[in-house]
Amino acid sequence: MLKLENIHKVFNYGKVNVNHALNGVDLSLSEGDFLTIIGSNGAGKSTILNIVAGTYTPEIGRVVVDGKDVTRWPTHKRASFVGRVFQDPLRGTAAEMTIEENLSLAYMRGKRRGLKLGLNKKRRDEFRERLSWLGLGLEDRLEDPVKLLSGGQRQALTLLMATLGEPIILLLDEHTAALDPKTAEQIINITRRIVEKNKLTVLMVTHNMKQALEMGNRTIMMDKGKIILELQGEEREKMTIGELVKKFSEKSGQELTDDRVLLAKE
Amino acid sequence: MWYLNLNFYMKTLEEGMAFVLLAMGVYITFRILDFADLTVEGSFPLGAAVAAKSIVSGLNPVLATIFAFLAGCIAGMITGIINTRLKIAGLLAGILTMTSLYSINLRIMGKSQISLFRKPRIFDGFERIFGSDYGTLISLIIIVFIVKILLDFFLHTEFGMSIRATGDNPVMIETLGINTDFIKIFGLALANGMVALSGALFAQYSSSADVQMGMGMIVVGLASVIIGEVFVRTSKIPFATSGVILGAVLYRFAIAVSLRLGFDATDLKIVTAVLVIIALGAPSLRRFLIQDEFAEKLLEEVDEDA
Repeated sequence: MLKLENIHKVFNYGKVNVNHALNGVDLSLSEGDFLTIIGSNGAGKSTILNIVAGTYTPEIGRVVVDGKDVTRWPTHKRASFVGRVFQDPLRGTAAEMTIEENLSLAYMRGKRRGLKLGLNKKRRDEFRERLSWLGLGLEDRLEDPVKLLSGGQRQALTLLMATLGEPIILLLDEHTAALDPKTAEQIINITRRIVEKNKLTVLMVTHNMKQALEMGNRTIMMDKGKIILELQGEEREKMTIGELVKKFSEKSGQELTDDRVLLAKE
Repeated sequence: MWYLNLNFYMKTLEEGMAFVLLAMGVYITFRILDFADLTVEGSFPLGAAVAAKSIVSGLNPVLATIFAFLAGCIAGMITGIINTRLKIAGLLAGILTMTSLYSINLRIMGKSQISLFRKPRIFDGFERIFGSDYGTLISLIIIVFIVKILLDFFLHTEFGMSIRATGDNPVMIETLGINTDFIKIFGLALANGMVALSGALFAQYSSSADVQMGMGMIVVGLASVIIGEVFVRTSKIPFATSGVILGAVLYRFAIAVSLRLGFDATDLKIVTAVLVIIALGAPSLRRFLIQDEFAEKLLEEVDEDA
């Protein structure tokens, strides 16, 4: 379904601060796979998502979705099959526009936008239904500008928007890292439900090792632009956080010193 | 007294109406697209030049005005292409187009000024219907409101919404499938088309087109938008565009009254500029003042606790 073949991404090539962000990444996901990605800062986790989303074009390698080579497609062209949620809740929604307007923008994902009104009764009804499914009471606030919502509410709305308009791949870039623990848990629950409901293929970057093992069916660990560990099936189910930290030192030849990762063990 | 004279209000209202579409164009770039577009200084006289030249060449004034709109659209498109395709900063892109337009406007007119005295104007038909006293004003109001209603509707269409979202959050709208470069080019074209339309109306209203008439127009547009926002504070489009109309008219009145009160016409530009600085700088000023207030309150509370 999604294939990354020998991806290399280099920033500042030929300069002193050259950065080989991805160094030969191979990855193949089947339909319905839920992959969690862990690794320390600068390991290339977010770069993988940016390669799939089209924000970056790799110097070497191919990105293939459903048999189509999309390596050179710009972000807006990939929107028809990729939905995305960022870490910062402010990045996923248009603050000055209303909830229903934001949903309408997402509803037309990857389609031609014409001179029809963006909102009508049929769409409003559908949006209300989808919002009430979130269970946050947003269905009564269709006409509120999004800037009035809390971070958690905005992130929930972004999740809903990222799955509207029938994308087949969902990218989650530490989408709960900026939220307080209780809200983060709420968003994680919504994430599980929404992924299941829409039968999506998911790539999720996280700093939380527990989350990485509990969610989804596959996990990769990255270091210096390379995948250093792949887990799935039985091996993954038996894996504990302690063992995962140990594996990291073994594979990368260094201690795992990233505070955020260590603190997030629980 | 001048302020008891109905004619004063009529004239000022007419002038204000001629400038509304300029303010509307600035509203689109500055508020909706979040783009400080200086093309306006060139596209306003461009509209005047195209309309004037067409009319003295014997073209129907309605057609002449439509040509002015289209010429403005092209000017905006050029700024958009310089900015998005060549990656030149928006402010500079506008200055480059504006500077080029000075030469182009002179070429179009063939001289620095064209008189439209006793030439056919777009208001003529209305004057025949409503009489020469009110015809001009009524025709301006009708044109302004047709444009406003069309714009209100357009900004609520699927396409129009993606223009608003591009100004609001370009990263997000790109992940939803919008080519933001195209949207910016389109928005700039539409905005400058409206500014040129305003230039065409003003040239016909004042019976002359002058290559210098664009100077300071961006500030006039900004001042109008900001004055409007003082009275209408909302991001709801139909109200916001009504605010722009109100702002443009009130700005004209402020200028007209200042002149009557003895202000020198040449000083009005700095007055307008200072007005815009104060209005745009107000949030920072307020924050600065509130900070002190906040510190004082905090100190009091700390003292009480101690």
